[in-house]
Amino acid sequence: MISGRLWALVILASAFFVPAAGSRYYTFLANDVVIWALFATSLNLLVGFTGLVSFGHAAYFGIGAYTTGILMKTAGVPFLLAFPAAGLVAGLFALVFGFFCVRLTRIYFAMLTLAFAQIVWAICFKWNEVTGGEQGMPEIPYPSFDGVERMAAWLPFLGGYKTSEYFYFLTLVLVAACLWLLSRIVGSPFGRMLTTIRENPERAEFIGVNVRRYELAAFVVAGAFAGLAGGLFGIFNRGVFPDFAYWTKSSEVLIMTLLGGMGTFIGPSLGALVLIWLNQQIVSYTQYWPLVLGLILIVLLFVFPGGIAGAVESAARRLRRSNQVA
Amino acid sequence: MLEVRELKKSFDGFQAVGGVSFSVPQGSISAIIGPNGAGKTTLFNLITGHLSPDAGSVTFKNREITGIAPHDLCRLGMGRSFQRTNIFPRLTVFQNIQAAFLCHRGRGWNLLAPVDRFYREDTQALLDSVGLLDKAGEVAGFLSHGNQKQLELGITLALEPEILLLDEPTAGMSAQETRESIHLIERIARERGLTLLFTEHDMEVVFAIAHRITVLHQGEVIADGTPEEVRAHAEVRRVYLGERR
Repeated sequence: MISGRLWALVILASAFFVPAAGSRYYTFLANDVVIWALFATSLNLLVGFTGLVSFGHAAYFGIGAYTTGILMKTAGVPFLLAFPAAGLVAGLFALVFGFFCVRLTRIYFAMLTLAFAQIVWAICFKWNEVTGGEQGMPEIPYPSFDGVERMAAWLPFLGGYKTSEYFYFLTLVLVAACLWLLSRIVGSPFGRMLTTIRENPERAEFIGVNVRRYELAAFVVAGAFAGLAGGLFGIFNRGVFPDFAYWTKSSEVLIMTLLGGMGTFIGPSLGALVLIWLNQQIVSYTQYWPLVLGLILIVLLFVFPGGIAGAVESAARRLRRSNQVA
Repeated sequence: MLEVRELKKSFDGFQAVGGVSFSVPQGSISAIIGPNGAGKTTLFNLITGHLSPDAGSVTFKNREITGIAPHDLCRLGMGRSFQRTNIFPRLTVFQNIQAAFLCHRGRGWNLLAPVDRFYREDTQALLDSVGLLDKAGEVAGFLSHGNQKQLELGITLALEPEILLLDEPTAGMSAQETRESIHLIERIARERGLTLLFTEHDMEVVFAIAHRITVLHQGEVIADGTPEEVRAHAEVRRVYLGERR
């Protein structure tokens, strides 16, 4: 576990050097990856750890984005309040929708999550007065970084960055904190109860686990963190649009989770990195990105069912074993 | 301790359990026997809340428990093992038992403390008493069938039950494994002062350890009494024991 923590710190530290080392474009990509990593990891709490496949996780991402967007743009609320509000509101919606969803199992559960997500999308699409309807809400303001710039007078290494780069740093800190919290949850007794549900819900019930209540709690936690990711994404994207809650977003985040490997904590973040990077690379060669994505998924499902993280893990195990033999 | 009165259950018009009554006194070892399809597992599922009965009632420690959800029954002190082995296959042996401790002792809603810290000694002691201490780190799904049954018993014991319901505890075991696990179950029941109710198809096992035997045939009780009484019962000899000789 120590080595896991060390790795996390190394990755976090090197991520801070992206704006200084790379171009603006790389900072943009890195920011995208970091936010999606949080979104995908929140989904994995359901898919990988509880065994619940949600097809409508984008609903909470969208709700979070609209919450932060509306609060900051329409109401002029500072980011410091508008950001946690995204998690809170998304979590509340997850509580209401989840109440119904956890009463169903497997494919029926998945279909109901999708249905609720489409309702959220439809409301965002039509409710012109509040959400801006089809046009969405452009020009969400950045949080104010005046304080940081004032501090740069004493700490010169803080100065000289653009607002978008400050926002990237802020995203890094917040996402790192959220991922740390999620990893604590996964490694807690509560997390273990969720795994028993994934492994064998009938048996879990008979060691005294109130399966529905635990599933609902997992749904709310996952929804809240997806909301936080959405809140960041609206600002990063310079606008919030109804398609944040559309089913294609739900499938995208599900693909990331599967690609990265749902069996591990780090898997979905890896999936976010690989998918976004591949997308950028391939789009510059061909317009048939969905075709390439499809091929990747087929290879993945047949050759590496554990995703990237699963493949790396089993390769490492094989290497260790062959070392022992030699 | 446990009272079953006039319990009935049908599936699509087929009567699986039709008006079954019996009682299990505290501290006793009782068995339910009967040919395949006699309704033993259905009866167990009715008692433990996995199915709700069409009619009748179940009382446990003078409390009506008909229709109570399994996770609540568990808290009242009823432990159950399953005929089809029922463990958490991708967790380690240690984690299987530890999960049961965590839940039973109300730690399941702790979201932030590292799980490894909890109940290490208790888990190890229990693994030792069911004979799995040397396999603590192994993935449960890879254990032999006999070991998985031991593990399942361990999970159930972690819930500190007063009554233990075992559905065919030796199903699928070799003669050797059967003998060992029956000794294990009997020893644990004695040590912990447990009341035991089990179903079993192996007659040798039943007559060796049971104080009372209830014989089920086509969903109905045809005999109920001590092993000697049941052995002498004419109808039992005809429908059940007779078939085997």
